[in-house]
Amino acid sequence: MDPSRKRKLRLVVALTTAVLLATALIYTSFSASTEASKPSEIKPGRSYDLTGKVVPGSIRHSGDDLRFRVRDRDGTESVPVTYTGVVPDPFRDGREVIVSGELERGTFVAERDSLVTKCPSKFTKDEQSS
Amino acid sequence: MAGVGSACLAIALLTALYSAGASIFGARTGRREWVTSGRRAIYCVAALCVAAFGLLEAAFLRSDFSYALVAEGSSTDTPTFYKVTALWATQDGSLLLWATLLSLFASAVLFLTRRSLRDIAPYATAVLGCIAAFFLLLMVGWENPFDTLAAPPAEGAGLNPLLRHPAMMIHPPMLYTGYVGFSIPFAFAIGALVAGRTGADWIRATRRFALIAWTFLGTGIMLGALWSYTELGWGGYWAWDPVENASLMPWLVGTAFLHSIMVQEKRGMLKIWNVSLICATFTLALLGTFLVRSGILSSIHAFGASTIGVQFLIFIGLVIALSAGLIISRLPLLRSEAKLDSLLSREAFFLLNNLVLVGLCLVIMWGTFFPLISEAITGTEASVGPPWFNRLVTPLALVLVLLTGIGPVLAWRRFTPAALRRVLWPPVSAAALALVLLLAFTNAADSPASLAMFCLVAFVLTVVSMELARGTKARRTMTGESWPRALGRLTGRNRRRYGGYLVHAGIAVLFLGVAGSSAFLDQRDVRLKPGDSFGVNGYQVTYREATAKLGGDSAGTGAPISFGAVLDVRKDGEHFVMRPSRNYYASGDPSLGTISRFFEGEATSEVDVRWGLKRDLWLAVQPDIGSLEKPIQEADAKFANSPGDVQALIIAALAERYRSDPPPAAFRAIASPLVAWIWLGGAIVVLGALVAAWPSPEARLRRVRSLYSARLGRDLSRA
Repeated sequence: MDPSRKRKLRLVVALTTAVLLATALIYTSFSASTEASKPSEIKPGRSYDLTGKVVPGSIRHSGDDLRFRVRDRDGTESVPVTYTGVVPDPFRDGREVIVSGELERGTFVAERDSLVTKCPSKFTKDEQSS
Repeated sequence: MAGVGSACLAIALLTALYSAGASIFGARTGRREWVTSGRRAIYCVAALCVAAFGLLEAAFLRSDFSYALVAEGSSTDTPTFYKVTALWATQDGSLLLWATLLSLFASAVLFLTRRSLRDIAPYATAVLGCIAAFFLLLMVGWENPFDTLAAPPAEGAGLNPLLRHPAMMIHPPMLYTGYVGFSIPFAFAIGALVAGRTGADWIRATRRFALIAWTFLGTGIMLGALWSYTELGWGGYWAWDPVENASLMPWLVGTAFLHSIMVQEKRGMLKIWNVSLICATFTLALLGTFLVRSGILSSIHAFGASTIGVQFLIFIGLVIALSAGLIISRLPLLRSEAKLDSLLSREAFFLLNNLVLVGLCLVIMWGTFFPLISEAITGTEASVGPPWFNRLVTPLALVLVLLTGIGPVLAWRRFTPAALRRVLWPPVSAAALALVLLLAFTNAADSPASLAMFCLVAFVLTVVSMELARGTKARRTMTGESWPRALGRLTGRNRRRYGGYLVHAGIAVLFLGVAGSSAFLDQRDVRLKPGDSFGVNGYQVTYREATAKLGGDSAGTGAPISFGAVLDVRKDGEHFVMRPSRNYYASGDPSLGTISRFFEGEATSEVDVRWGLKRDLWLAVQPDIGSLEKPIQEADAKFANSPGDVQALIIAALAERYRSDPPPAAFRAIASPLVAWIWLGGAIVVLGALVAAWPSPEARLRRVRSLYSARLGRDLSRA
């Protein structure tokens, strides 16, 4: 094979590999992703990553269960949540949380250990004073 | 004093701009005095930044709450160590840290190159001046760390309790030193492009800075992982959080850069690739700083919407556009001086390792920005979780560790398959032996990826020890030195090479820990009353009693209240005691009752870890303070306006009540095999990098020679 054809072939092979890998990357990421939803958007029958803020004063412990309400980040609609498992350190009234689960009879039943709380950042000013 | 600080920053901004202007003017007109002046202006910027930093640090130490920053981030009861470090826990303070580190690094490199690189250095000075000016402009225009409050509060808000951990306080400066350090090779690469000097000079002058930056960034990432493991109360060390990813991406591309510049130094190839890599590394470092602040991606760090996100985006856009434009306009100058002779050569494998590293970075980048991508394409914000990252990163990591082993034994230019077989048979048989032993004696086969990683680790460690043994033996036969002396001398004479081997060994050890702890950990979440026990991985854990301490938690974080547990752990006749606890910090919220505010603030887990080379036992407790709710509310009502010492008595009584009659507490126990090897591997990597970065006697000799010849040239031209 002459050198220029060899180079061309190499380029084609490299490009094809790159395109294939990129397609795999895009495909797996879209198929593995979960949708984040607000309390006002969820419906029974499928699972969600629920995101929103913990309604102040709504946190109750009952036995192993933790019950609280999550409301839209910028709205008033809220949904009750029951959760079991480890509660992250920063979990408290008014914090933003993400929790995975499903809506059952008006209550969002969370998967065990799925609660993620965002820390009030070391860089936010307003949140701590308010 | 706040006025002096603001003035320092404003003057530093003007000086940095002057430095950029003077250097470019001097380089264009050939007037060296302007170039010298521009360089010295950078020293001035450093001095001004250090002065501003010192002023602010002094304000933190004396708890001067007329400074808005001090009032937000510190308090009189914050322990002194955390008062000092609270400076960079704030947004404005961390910008000041960035600018200070940058100006110091820039001064160091410009001082070291003041008599060499005459064509490149002025433009590099200008680039560094512009970067410094950007950060100073952010502070002068939007986020002044010297803002004062008209009515200073009597007490500050205090440092966020989650950050009261030694690793967390050293972690940001380490990361920043890494980010900042990469701006040095970036500036010189740009300088080389502008000046049209695209040889390896700029690489030789800044290689060490790149290596030091890489080391600091890596150390910062490790400390972040250690903090997550011991402070966050979930027991993991890596969660593919956007901010973690943001620090890993420049490190990966920086690693690729450190390898590929060797190809340019040795063979004059890959020039376009190298300048592109360093531009990408610097851009990713900026992106890392930006992601932490912008709040565009939600993560555990979830930084509130910041005022300077747009400015950062504009700056990053400018950096990308200018570097890309410059590289394209200089393409003819960036032609390779040599061709790849064979795919079986060290160059080719370096290229392969570069592709894997950059591929890893692209995968992580895609996953990190996926919420934005998906929102742009489908209209809904979706995210990919850790399983997705693990699935894609694991195969790439395996290939990478394999290359870590193969790379060091390959020859430049070309080698024969027969030679390769000869050097590779011992490590390959070591890997095979490891495979047989693991299959025979352990359950490692449960996780094929981890099994493969264990074998690769054996492979890499064999390669590195063989290389060390071969070199030492050769030296011994030559000089007749003793084994340790020969090894020491060998390493000392070829620091870069043997330091690199040590780094490779450290990476292998680190992945040993990752493979062990990710696939074989045993985790139990239980709820126990005193006297109850449970088992985890053969450990029999018994909750002996509850503890309640006031004002004296062992880690020195200044927590007023600390509830915990004493647990007896038994395994195979061995017996030890573990004491995890949870710290409660008072809330500053005035709407809460006088007593309840002590329990409603932040709380942090102080986990107890029994470190071990074979496995760690990690324990966290979450006391149920719900049982105290009623007495706390009663106390709120009764003692609303009581003085401080009465409040202290009541809290002591509540604590005693918890201790003597504790409700069931939730425990998380994790038996994590081999996790300690992650930290050990990290330490070996840092050690290796230091060996490689330390100036060798030969390099010093070279420098003296070049200085001498420069002086000779000057004298001759004068005569």
